[in-house]
Amino acid sequence: MATILARAATAAAVLALTLTGCGSQSSKEITVTYQKPPDKRNPAPDFTLKDADGKTVKLSDYKGKVVLLNFWATWCGPCKIEIPWFIEFQKTYKDRGFTVIGVSVDDEGWEIVKPYLASKQVNYPVVVSSESVNTMYGGIESLPTTFIIDKDGKIANTHIGLVSKKEYESDIEQLVR
Amino acid sequence: MTLSNWSGNALLLVLSAGAAWAQTGVLSVQEPAKLVVKRTENPSQVLKLTMKPGYHTNSNKPTEAYLIPLKLTWEAAGPLEVAEIVYPTAKLEKYAFNEKPISVFGGEFEIVTKFKRAANPALGPGFLTGKLRYQACNDKECLPPKTVEIKLPLLIQ
Repeated sequence: MATILARAATAAAVLALTLTGCGSQSSKEITVTYQKPPDKRNPAPDFTLKDADGKTVKLSDYKGKVVLLNFWATWCGPCKIEIPWFIEFQKTYKDRGFTVIGVSVDDEGWEIVKPYLASKQVNYPVVVSSESVNTMYGGIESLPTTFIIDKDGKIANTHIGLVSKKEYESDIEQLVR
Repeated sequence: MTLSNWSGNALLLVLSAGAAWAQTGVLSVQEPAKLVVKRTENPSQVLKLTMKPGYHTNSNKPTEAYLIPLKLTWEAAGPLEVAEIVYPTAKLEKYAFNEKPISVFGGEFEIVTKFKRAANPALGPGFLTGKLRYQACNDKECLPPKTVEIKLPLLIQ
């Protein structure tokens, strides 16, 4: 039920605006995601996990940056669609106070995740999750699940399941300003 | 919760005599009827399954190495030995996340287990326990792998 409600909220949160130029026949569609107002946002639960090189990744160390926190798995087909987008976002926005953090929930851990990251040439930090981290983030009932975290370390938006690249771009653009 | 916890979250099918189907997320499994095994007979059991519309599970032979196969296993010890497990013919379906169509089961399907009567089995009633592991997705999201425990009531004559 929680998943259904979250999905409905996400669907309702996407607003497609059509802007038509004055005296022009041309129109441009812009996707704007609805984010929680800053005073209604909950803090993203902090965690400390290791990346593929054994380096510590602590979420609260990223305070001051916009974080796209993506829970995924190597066996998740829809997750495969998003990863190239995230690689692109990391290149485009990293100098504007932004990072992607991937959180793999693969049972086999690094044995399976490391080769996958290498094959995709992933350019952002990726950690392997734990039971406690998944629980803190609501149990992660389906994949992909992505949290958009603002510069104050609070959750501005949540996407459960595959959404469009434009929705992510809208989320990022609204927060990196 | 890691996936080992997810997959270890097995569900017991035979919860009550009145329940004909057990709903296990997006997959429903029909409660197996009692298998009466006559002398010298090598019986078969048909497991009937139904996927929720819009969802699929990978087949027993996924076309991509990264996909988790559906697999039915039965406990080794007991009055019956598994001779063969016959999975249905998979469908090849195209999804945006994969270049080529992938091998899936969806809708209603059946898995047939062909058993061989063990030498000198204990006669009378009993159970055989099986495990069905599967991982389901739709075109937008994937659910964690799940293991369903199946209890097959037996009567060895």
